[in-house]
Amino acid sequence: MVELTEKPIDTEAILQAISDTRCGAALLFLGNVREWTGDQQTNHLVYEAYRPMAEAKMKELEAEARRRWEILQCSIVHRLGKLELGEASVAVAVSSPHRRDAFEAGQWLIDTLKEVVPIWKQEVWADGSAEWVHPENESNPTPESS
Amino acid sequence: MNQVKSIHIEVLFFASAREITGSSNYRCELPEGATIEDLTAHLIERFPELAQRLPRWQIALRQEYVNPQTPLSDGAEVALIPPVSGG
Repeated sequence: MVELTEKPIDTEAILQAISDTRCGAALLFLGNVREWTGDQQTNHLVYEAYRPMAEAKMKELEAEARRRWEILQCSIVHRLGKLELGEASVAVAVSSPHRRDAFEAGQWLIDTLKEVVPIWKQEVWADGSAEWVHPENESNPTPESS
Repeated sequence: MNQVKSIHIEVLFFASAREITGSSNYRCELPEGATIEDLTAHLIERFPELAQRLPRWQIALRQEYVNPQTPLSDGAEVALIPPVSGG
């Protein structure tokens, strides 16, 4: 299950959604709004997405993770709009019969989401200035690898 | 008569692309047979401030990442994808 939402991420509902008695492992990763980036202080963040493509890419990631690992339940939720410090911007949750698959799938899902899913973050700093974050150093997705 | 047909393209701008162009979308007409590369050249001419950045950005055609040689067809939806920063 994948979802883009303007509302706060409901972690209880996500854990409920991945609950499965065949699974001995349930893993939930949350990405939270951090106050400090080096010596720069964040006031809040704004996220925006190319919504239909972001949803399609998130579904592709879920399908690929299910192919690579034995995960029986999967939920990927990304928040959009304005987020305050400490709020969760993204949740990746998977359940699997054994923990290794859950850890590996969860790690791959969040890493790959950050590389290929068309969602952007705007930092609004404590001094009132704002900038869109466009990481230039990381390798960009190519048509072949997406 | 040997008239060159044209195709209509809808371009979507997000994040800094929207800030640079001052708009979230843009419609343009290109000659039939035009590719993504032709479209980006057109966009740089229309929005010169894109010149420094656009060559390093990904392009999506109908919600899939494509390379510069990909041909366009009439009614295509193209999105400029500056380096993503979700998560």
